[in-house]
Amino acid sequence: MDSTNSDPPAAGPALAEPSPERAPLRGTAADGLKIVVVGGFGVGKTTMVGSVSEIRPLSTEELMTRAGEGIDEADAVPEKTTTTVAFDFGRITLNDRQVLYLFGAPGQQRFWFLWDQLFSGSLGAVVLVDTRRIEDSWYAIDRLEHHRMPFVVAVNRFAERGPSLPKVRAALDLDEHVPLVECDARLRESSKSVLIELVRHLTRLHDRPAGEDAR
Amino acid sequence: MSARRHEQEDPDRYFTITGGRRDASLDLVALVVAEIGPLPGMSSEQVRILRLCRDAPVAVVELSAHLALPVSVVRILLRDMLADGRITVRHPVSAPEPEQLPDLETLKQVLVGLHQL
Repeated sequence: MDSTNSDPPAAGPALAEPSPERAPLRGTAADGLKIVVVGGFGVGKTTMVGSVSEIRPLSTEELMTRAGEGIDEADAVPEKTTTTVAFDFGRITLNDRQVLYLFGAPGQQRFWFLWDQLFSGSLGAVVLVDTRRIEDSWYAIDRLEHHRMPFVVAVNRFAERGPSLPKVRAALDLDEHVPLVECDARLRESSKSVLIELVRHLTRLHDRPAGEDAR
Repeated sequence: MSARRHEQEDPDRYFTITGGRRDASLDLVALVVAEIGPLPGMSSEQVRILRLCRDAPVAVVELSAHLALPVSVVRILLRDMLADGRITVRHPVSAPEPEQLPDLETLKQVLVGLHQL
């Protein structure tokens, strides 16, 4: 059914016009998947999402109410709820049915309520690290381990010089089986290799004996 | 989706019965499909949602971005539209359960898709 009875004819095509952000999914798309890229402000989360996404990264927001949850089940939006937190995302069509969404999530403690929503059903996570602010990653890694969400750590190399990976691993107190890689989040091939590393890590975790800590 | 019953006049209850797998909630990447076109009397947000989802599925989070509305507000809109049969939702089927690994077939599909980038 068309809508020309309720709108001026000119309004329809304008809304329906595909834009770079509106590159439509395939009609057969039926299975959304998620990977979360988490890190501190300015570490390059959106850059990484954008370098592999088939759409220009989109930004949206969620309401922040009290610590620990969104307002999803609230029938009335509380009047006092005015704080919002923004996050970015992009997507990759994997095949006719499956679409992988990549979310860039702020790593700070006060955004944890958003993480719960992002991580629900996620395949895994990428922790993006800036070695000039390694401490920004501590909280994220701690929460991921607590939630038993598998992850890899990627050092976004802003400069040629920086601490070696073993030093980064030590500074993060990272378990030896958690992959730690370098990347340049601006480059598609580099970001892609980080995602592939995550998927391989997830595959390897399947081989671990039952009962062993999978993280 | 199950048939309507009288007790489902409450959209929340209806959604609990028919809707998302987790927390009776719509996942960020649940894919929304319009089942009807815009009708007179619909809110402008509903009209926009139906237009956005008319030709191809659109994820909840993408609707949120295009409508410039917080995700939780879009969810409430979608829940009503779902209850009225104006949209259908394709829920994620390959997402791992909490504290579970994704299954190997899913990982294989993701790997293939990433290599094709």
